[in-house]
Amino acid sequence: MKKLLSEVNDIVRYRGGSGHWSYLLHRLTGLGVLLFLCVHIIDTALIGWGPELFNKVIAIYRHPFFRVSEIFLFGAVLYHSLNGVRITLIDLWPGATRRHRLWAHLTWGIFVVAMIPVVIIMLHHWKASHP
Amino acid sequence: MSLSSGPRPLPPGGFDRFAWFFMRISGLALLFLALGHLTVMHLVNSIDTVDYAFVAARYATPFWRTYDGLLLMLALLHGFNGLRVIAQDYLSGGKRLAVQWVAGFLCLALMMAGLYIVFTFQPEAAAALSAGDPGVLP
Repeated sequence: MKKLLSEVNDIVRYRGGSGHWSYLLHRLTGLGVLLFLCVHIIDTALIGWGPELFNKVIAIYRHPFFRVSEIFLFGAVLYHSLNGVRITLIDLWPGATRRHRLWAHLTWGIFVVAMIPVVIIMLHHWKASHP
Repeated sequence: MSLSSGPRPLPPGGFDRFAWFFMRISGLALLFLALGHLTVMHLVNSIDTVDYAFVAARYATPFWRTYDGLLLMLALLHGFNGLRVIAQDYLSGGKRLAVQWVAGFLCLALMMAGLYIVFTFQPEAAAALSAGDPGVLP
């Protein structure tokens, strides 16, 4: 815990640039997705108790809080995937570290461009749900 | 201090080396499985169309059951191993051991519960059972 607190302190003060932010985002999105994965396995398992309970539980996800969380979840999985590809490629091709900033910026660029239609479609679903 | 900007180096041997390879290979598989799952469930369909009848229709053929079972196993192993790696960075001694045991237990418990539901779920039987009519059960 002390180590974690000093890490948080380091994060605020450290100026590591793109590599630092990629590393931090990879861990945060990973932990976030893992937390939701655990909840999601439990909510889906409730289907074994029949339609009444399952439909009631699934309806919770239609609350505005979860509508917004859903967009963040998609973003977290997408960023973690793209950054994971970047990490794997650099592992396979160590010479790529010479252009490491370019790869990090490319990852962010692809992420932002890919998220545009995702956000539009998800907001469209939300809007269509209450005419 | 564990702040580093490069990728994690390949461990020399043992379980950590195996885990290092597993994270990259399962990660590549999850790129397609997890993003495919999100695209089908949240873009093509949406949380407004997902309900009991939707899942029942989806699980009528073995394809989505197999897909979900594979996604479930790889995502759990990938996620909880990630938690184990983070515990190695921030914790030591008994605390690290505790996190690793809890992570291992949760991973196994969620995998068994999830796989059980994915492969044995029968819409009519579960509906009848919840309605208090066990007569239709085999």
